[in-house]
Amino acid sequence: MAERITRDDVAHVAKLARLRLDGAELDTFTAQLANVLGHAEDIAALDIDDVAPTAHPLPLKNVLRADVVGRTLDRDEVLAEAPDAESCQFRVPPILGEEP
Amino acid sequence: MAPGAAGTAVSLAAAVRAGDLSATEVLEAHLASIEEREGEVHAFNLVVTEQARARASQIDDAVSAGNDPGPLAGVPVALKDNMCTRGIPTTCSSRILEGWHPPYDATVVTRLAEAGAVVVGKTNLDEFAMGSSTENSAFGPTRNPADPTRVPGGSSGGSAAAVAAGFVPIALGSDTGGSIRQPAALCGVVGAKPTYGAVSRYGLVAFASSLDQIGPFARTVADAAAVLDVISGHDPADSTSIPQDALDLASHLDAGVEGLRIGVVTELMGDGIAPDVRARVGEAADALERAGASVDEASVPAVTYGLSAYYLIAPAEASSNLARYDGVRYGLRADGATTGEMMEATRTAGFGDEVKRRIMLGTYALSAGYYDAYYGKALKVRTLIIADFAAAYDSHDLLLSPTSPTTAFALGDKVDDPLLMYMNDVCTIPSNLSGQPAISVPFGTGSDGLPVGVQVLAPALGETVMFRAAAVIEDAAP
Repeated sequence: MAERITRDDVAHVAKLARLRLDGAELDTFTAQLANVLGHAEDIAALDIDDVAPTAHPLPLKNVLRADVVGRTLDRDEVLAEAPDAESCQFRVPPILGEEP
Repeated sequence: MAPGAAGTAVSLAAAVRAGDLSATEVLEAHLASIEEREGEVHAFNLVVTEQARARASQIDDAVSAGNDPGPLAGVPVALKDNMCTRGIPTTCSSRILEGWHPPYDATVVTRLAEAGAVVVGKTNLDEFAMGSSTENSAFGPTRNPADPTRVPGGSSGGSAAAVAAGFVPIALGSDTGGSIRQPAALCGVVGAKPTYGAVSRYGLVAFASSLDQIGPFARTVADAAAVLDVISGHDPADSTSIPQDALDLASHLDAGVEGLRIGVVTELMGDGIAPDVRARVGEAADALERAGASVDEASVPAVTYGLSAYYLIAPAEASSNLARYDGVRYGLRADGATTGEMMEATRTAGFGDEVKRRIMLGTYALSAGYYDAYYGKALKVRTLIIADFAAAYDSHDLLLSPTSPTTAFALGDKVDDPLLMYMNDVCTIPSNLSGQPAISVPFGTGSDGLPVGVQVLAPALGETVMFRAAAVIEDAAP
């Protein structure tokens, strides 16, 4: 049985997911996520240690193609969709100096 | 409804190919229907009137020149707005992609075009296909054409409503946990989710990659079959695409169900299902029996854990897939002094509450300390569900169940209670977890007069037999 999700847990996952929540949102989301995870206690409680996990419905193997140049997206068309671009590159605000 | 707008895709394409109707006439009849009722229904995020007219004119030129435009010649089609269309905005009903013009077409869009279809617009959905009512759209809800005070279901509610309202004869949706079948049931149209890998997902904006599939909406089983025959088949651009030829459903539709063994899923006919919905499923089972099938009960015990497994697996995959929306390469960018702040501001402003909820749920389910208890367990339950289906198919060719536990509910009824909303998907989720096909066929109405859908489930790549049973149910529908 897993422990009930706390307000601090929600604040932590929001930070990991790069989402900013205010106090009221934290309260609402904590209650709602606890409700959904509470429902999932039915499977958390199952004794199925010896069952193999299924990550995918198909028995997929690596799908490879010949290493030759094919059709690609047009660079200018792609960059035209970027919020900011310069000299064939995506441009972003400063990265160095920010907190980790 | 204007002349031409009531026709099936199969009949319209035949008329256009024979020169009896022009693609332009067909298109204009449907545009008139849209003009008449779209303000009330809000099925579309975008109607591309001029592009559609130009395309219909091309089809007419081809017919005049003696060329065959293809099996869907001149048939208007609507696309769920999470399928990429080159140069045409693709929003996923999210602020974070508003104004984005994809630089390529999804494979299904290319295949529809090669078959002669005419794209008329992009339909509304729950943001990033996360929802069961189409109320989670950044652009406002879609309403059910059968009763505009009710939801159309979701997440492909716009496509379902567009077909139900006669705006288009056919539309495409995507189905991760029931997002084609549930809205089809609630709107009273046919909706099919094919086998995982049967239809290319190249150009479908990813939600939960091990579950997502594209499929058709139509007013008839034959039209849904015609669409699947066109869009299925191997695509080297999608590494999960099954390397085999396109389906051939249309030529087997009339084969009937004589001698087939069909099981009604015990666990999906319990207390959680409305009595009138259960009654319609029972009547559909009787109709299959009268047509020569043998019908009994089939137990698939692990499906009772499907809801919990799905609402851990799908958010986990979504939390990873939606990490790409960071304000760098496309879509919305909000201001921030650093790249980290910009990304946080962009995602906070761009995503709606349900998307945030699922990203956080998935991030939590995957995080250290909880992985084994939640996500790990969900993957094991997935194994159990696949095994229980396999056991049921040892003694059955097909399974039968309700599509949705209830008929369409009122707008606003469930928006404040995510878990209650998730319960809508209890009958449809198992087929996504197992990767198997399923189809919803309209079968009468509930005590409130609203449409009920009956679901036919089949083993992987069992579409041909599944569609035969769907055709029998359609013929017997009250």
